[in-house]
This record gives sequence, C-alpha cells and structure tokens, in this order.
Amino acid sequence: MKLIKQNTLWFSTLLLIVFINLSSIAFSQSDKTIKIGSKKFTENVILSEIVTQLARSNNVNSIHIRELGGTRILWNALLKGEIDIYPDYTGTIIEEILADENVTYKNLKDKLSKHGIGIVYPLGFNNTYAIGMKTEEAEKSGIEEISDLRKHPNLKFGFTNEFMDRKDGWRGLQKFYNLPHSNVTGMDHDIAYRGLASSSIDVIDLYSTDAEINYYNLKVLKDDLQYFTDYQAVLLYRKDLEKTFPKVIDAIKKLKNSIPESLMIKMNSEVKINGKSEEEVAAQFIKNKFSIESNYVESTFLRRLWHNTKEHLYLVLISLSAAILVSIPLGISSYKNKKLGRFIIGITGIIQTVPSLALLVFMIPLLGIGSSPAIVALFLYSLLPIVRNTFTGLEDIPTSIKESAIVLGLSPFVILKKIELPLASRSILAGIKTSAVINVGTATLGALIGAGGYGQPILTGIRLDSVPLILEGAVPAALLALIVQWMFDLSEKVIVPKGLRI
Amino acid sequence: MSISLKNISKSFNSSLALKEFSFNFTKGKTTVLIGPSGCGKSTLLRLIVGLMKQDSGTITIDNELLSNSNLSSIRERIGYVIQDGGLFPHLTARENLSLMPIYTGWNNDKISNRINELTRLTNFPDDGLEHYPAELSGGQKQRVSLMRALMLNPEFLLFDEPLGALDPLIRFDLQNELKEIFKSLNKTVILVTHDLNEAVFFGDEILLMKDGSLIQHGTITDFLNNPVEPFVTKFIKSQRSTIEIN
Repeated sequence: MKLIKQNTLWFSTLLLIVFINLSSIAFSQSDKTIKIGSKKFTENVILSEIVTQLARSNNVNSIHIRELGGTRILWNALLKGEIDIYPDYTGTIIEEILADENVTYKNLKDKLSKHGIGIVYPLGFNNTYAIGMKTEEAEKSGIEEISDLRKHPNLKFGFTNEFMDRKDGWRGLQKFYNLPHSNVTGMDHDIAYRGLASSSIDVIDLYSTDAEINYYNLKVLKDDLQYFTDYQAVLLYRKDLEKTFPKVIDAIKKLKNSIPESLMIKMNSEVKINGKSEEEVAAQFIKNKFSIESNYVESTFLRRLWHNTKEHLYLVLISLSAAILVSIPLGISSYKNKKLGRFIIGITGIIQTVPSLALLVFMIPLLGIGSSPAIVALFLYSLLPIVRNTFTGLEDIPTSIKESAIVLGLSPFVILKKIELPLASRSILAGIKTSAVINVGTATLGALIGAGGYGQPILTGIRLDSVPLILEGAVPAALLALIVQWMFDLSEKVIVPKGLRI
Repeated sequence: MSISLKNISKSFNSSLALKEFSFNFTKGKTTVLIGPSGCGKSTLLRLIVGLMKQDSGTITIDNELLSNSNLSSIRERIGYVIQDGGLFPHLTARENLSLMPIYTGWNNDKISNRINELTRLTNFPDDGLEHYPAELSGGQKQRVSLMRALMLNPEFLLFDEPLGALDPLIRFDLQNELKEIFKSLNKTVILVTHDLNEAVFFGDEILLMKDGSLIQHGTITDFLNNPVEPFVTKFIKSQRSTIEIN
C-alpha cells in the first residue's frame, strides 16, 4: 500500500512538471511571434523554413508550423491569422483559391489585397503540375505527350488527393484531353512515387521541381495542348505584418527572383534524396544568398522526442481529463434516467462511428488549426467508452444490493457515493483505460491539422520515405499507450475497493 | 394494530400478484407468510418497505398511512433481511453495520457499543468484523445482515427467506438462535418462507397464501383440524416431515 502511494505521488509530480512545461509552450506563442505555415510537401517546407530563419536573423521570434495540410487549410489559417506567412503558387491562387473572382496575373495583387493578403511575387521558379511515368514504360508504349495517353486506356493513374479535387487538376485535365481512363486512385504524393517505382501504378502527377523526377528517371509528358498554367512560387503574407513586422516584410521581399528552378530542384533533392534536414538546407541558402549565418537549431533525436512527447501529452491529458469529467456524470444520468440514457449513449455512439480523421477535419471550420480542434475531436472520441462503462457498471450492480441500500434508508446521493460508484469503479476505470489507449493512438492524427505530437515525425517520415522517422513517432506512441495501460492497472489497486479484489 | 394492509392489489404485466389482500399484523408477534412460489408473499414485504407501490389499497403503520413523504422515516423503523444478505461487498462487516448509523449522525462510541451488543446477541465473532463479505461464510453473512437490520433498533423486522440459502446444519442452528432473539427482543416480525417446518417453528401465526390471496390464517393446528379448502390440506401434506420419511 505504501509503495503504491509513493508511486502515485511520483506520478503526480511528473505530471505536474509536464503540465508546467506544456503551459509554457502554450503561452510562449504571443503576439510577438510570427507564424509561418507550410503545406505537406518538401519544397513548401523548405521555403517556409527559409522565411522562418530569415525572420529570426532579423531578431524576430518566428515559428514554423510544419506540414499543416493542403491549400484550403493554409489559406483559411492565413485569413484567420492562425499563420502569418506561407508559400503558394500563382496557378493555385488563380485557378483554385480565388477561382470565382476572375483573377489574372495583372490584378492578382489587388484581388489578394482585398482579402488583406500581400504577395511576394515571383520567387523565381515555376513549379507547374506535370504528368509523368517511368521512362522505360513510356518508351515501350511510345508515349511522348499527354495526348498519347488516350491510346492506352488501361493505364493505372495515381494522383495526389488535392490534384483529384482541384478544378485545374484531374477533372479539368480529363475533359481537356478527353482521356478515357477510369482506373484513377487518390493518394499521398510521396506514396505515389513509391507506387510508381513498384509498378502498382503507371502514371502520376508531378510537381516540375520534384527531386524524384531525376531520381526515379521519370519521363515528364509534354503538355501538348497546354492545359497547365504557370505555377510561379510566391509568398503570401498578412498585410498587417507591414505595420507589425516591417523588418520581416523587407527581408522576405528580398527573396523575389532569388530561387531559380535549378536551385529549387537541388534543394529538394538535398532533403529528399540526400537526407539533409530542411533547416540545414534553408540555412545554407540564406548563407549563400545573403551572407548571413543563420542560427538554426539542428534538431537532434532527443530534442525532437521531448518536443513531440510534450505536444502529444498535452493533447492526450487535456482531452482525456475533460472527457472523464464530462462522461462520468453523463453515465450516471444515463443510469438514473433510462430515456435520457438511450439518447446520451446514442449520440456518443454516433460520434464514435465518425472516422477519426474526418472528425479532426470537421473541427477545422469551427476551431481552425492547431491543438484546440485536435483536443476537441479527441475529447469527443473519448466519451463513449467512459459513458458506456459508467452506465453498465452501475446497471450491473445486483438488485439485492441496490434494494438493501434503499431499504436501509440511505438517500439516493449517499447510495450513489458510498455504494454504487465504488461498486462500479472497476468498470468505470476500464472505460477510462480504453478511452486513454484509443486517445493516445488517435492523437497521432493531430499532426495533420497542426497539433504536432508523435504524428509529426510519422507525417514527415511518409513525406521523406524515411522508416526511421516513421518509427520515431510510431514507437513512442505505442510505448505511451503501454505506459498508460500500466498506469491504469496500477491505479486500479488504489481506486477499486479492496473488498472487490478478493 | 401495528402493520395493517387493506384491500391491497398489485399486478405485474397484467398478471395479478396480490388480490384485495387485507390483514393486520399483531404487534410483538411473529407472523409467517407461507405459500407456493408466486403466491405474492415476497411482494407483500416489498410493498411494506416501499420497494414497489401497490396499484390500490392502503398500508398503515402505527396509524400512519405509508406514502412517499414518510417512507424514509418509516424505513428507519423497519429492519429488512433478504435471502442473500444484500451486504455491500466493498465494505467490511463493521463498515456495513456503521453506514446507516453514521448517516443518522451517531458518534463512534455509540456505534461500537451497539455493534458489541449485537455481536453478542447474534454470536458473531469479533475478529469477523474487519472482514469483507467475500471472506465470511454463508451463516456469518446472514448474521451480519441481521445485525445491520437491528442496528437502529427498529420496531419491525421483515425477513424474506433469510435462511433459504444456507446448508441444513447451519440453518438449524440459526433457526434456534433467531427464535431466541425474536423472543428476547419482543419485536413485530414478519417472515416469509416456503418451508412449513420453519413456519411452524417461528410463527405465532401462519398466513397461507395462494395466487395473491390469503387462504387461511391461524396456527398449524387450525390448518390441520379446520382447513377452509382442500388446498390447505394438500399444501400441508406436500411438505413431508422427517418422521414420515423414516
């Protein structure tokens, strides 16, 4: 017993330390910090890292919120001020973001300015969409240009999910070139390259600056009908920065025409092929271009692990604690009022059937990006097991015991507190344990909406095709789930009354 | 006149458990309810302690009409013991006994004095008090259950098959002890059993029930000599006595 109490004390101290650390990261992102977002592909991450380091070398606090997702998420985050700067491409702005506003290259600046957004245009390279396949396959089938694909209707296409949905993506391309193909799958861009290499798909969409084009010896098909427009790389920034951070705006304006296509391809391949970090490549660029020694912090394994652990625990602890505080009363109400109970368990059950990824994404319009939407989604996800186990734990107490308590003359509140809840404690605890384990696993998806955590290295690992990086997220997540389980097994000895453990 | 039932009817899912049942339980006497399964004898007890409500009719306890408003004060005057004891498995025997007195506001001395009195009365070993129900034998559990019912010194004791789950030897001993206790405490006791021998052993008066109605009440001699209908004789004959078997 004494040992257990010491252990609990030790745990609470540890939790306290973690909480203090967490709150310090939560509050450090004050107004004095500039936030740079990036999309989920390497080139965008490098560009954002360059901006982040440039801001820092001008003595401005800057953080890089990496790999946030696709265009829509970044654009909306920029409008809401959740990020201040991110790199995008002219074609994307004209054909996708502002597609309904008749934007041309001429009025691009004015149209953006109406949304309170400024632009650094152009950065110097065109990263257009292209269609590609393995060179040997192309030669075998005599495919030179996109029109040639019409003669090979059985080819399997694997396109990025964004390309599948965009107006200037597959839908437009298919109509424009009158392509008959029906075997088209949406997938992650980096997975598509691997699919192509293993011949499980034949044709993919490319970004023309992708390092993999050379690496995998791919044939870029000629856009013979000139479907794809220009995708000049640009930086989009909130106009209010011109007042709040004039130095940063001056600095990023110097990036105009500073990155030719060959340099971008080289930087992409430094990261994707040679395994350098985006931070290092960005620092090298700044040194060569501006002769500034950029003081980036090379992330070590332990530093990343500590950072990811803090973020992951932050998500799990807050969402789980809230879920416990809400679910137990909900479970008790369900038990006391069966009609209400059917409703509560029905609703929490429906939430549980929503795929976790979808639930996370649903939160973005309501709460933006970052940890808050992830915490709310995880909270909702953790409700059902606790509510249901509280309900069944109370419901399963033998009638003779419940009736004895009533006939003794105890009030309903005393019965609940002294008899029913202690007797249901094992079941309630099992529910919390289930929720906690699900929560730890699901929280890895939080990285997709900018919440960080163990999902971050998994996401980066998928992007860079790096198994060690994927493991850097997956192994700690699995270990944390085990630790959580072990902690609950231990706490059962303290919480579940001794008389029930005989 | 202590517990008085008037025209009590109660049905479950359209089948009648009690039909226009009326009876006055005499103060200070032990009355035994007996009858085949489903005759409504347990239902009667559950109505008196307020675990369910009758469809029609009235229950009066010491001239006080039983209703939702006086239910909790009346429960404190009733001790109720059921077949499996109904002990709280997460509390020790002592904690089981102390729960209600603590709730009523007794101090620790008063509680432990009362527990000492009751352990002597029921022959319960002192070291058993710190054990959990799962660590006690069937007979000991029923002693704790009896002590719990007696803690607040209630005027009425209601027993629903209190010895039904015990093995015959323990049952025999406990029967003797219980009878002594009833005699010494001079309480109004209502005991439900399906065992005629037990009914004869305990009952100052026996109520024979069938299908929710009272068939006959009186002593075993009344039943043997003046049965009101053939069922009475049939029920008595169905319960073989030990002597007959020999």
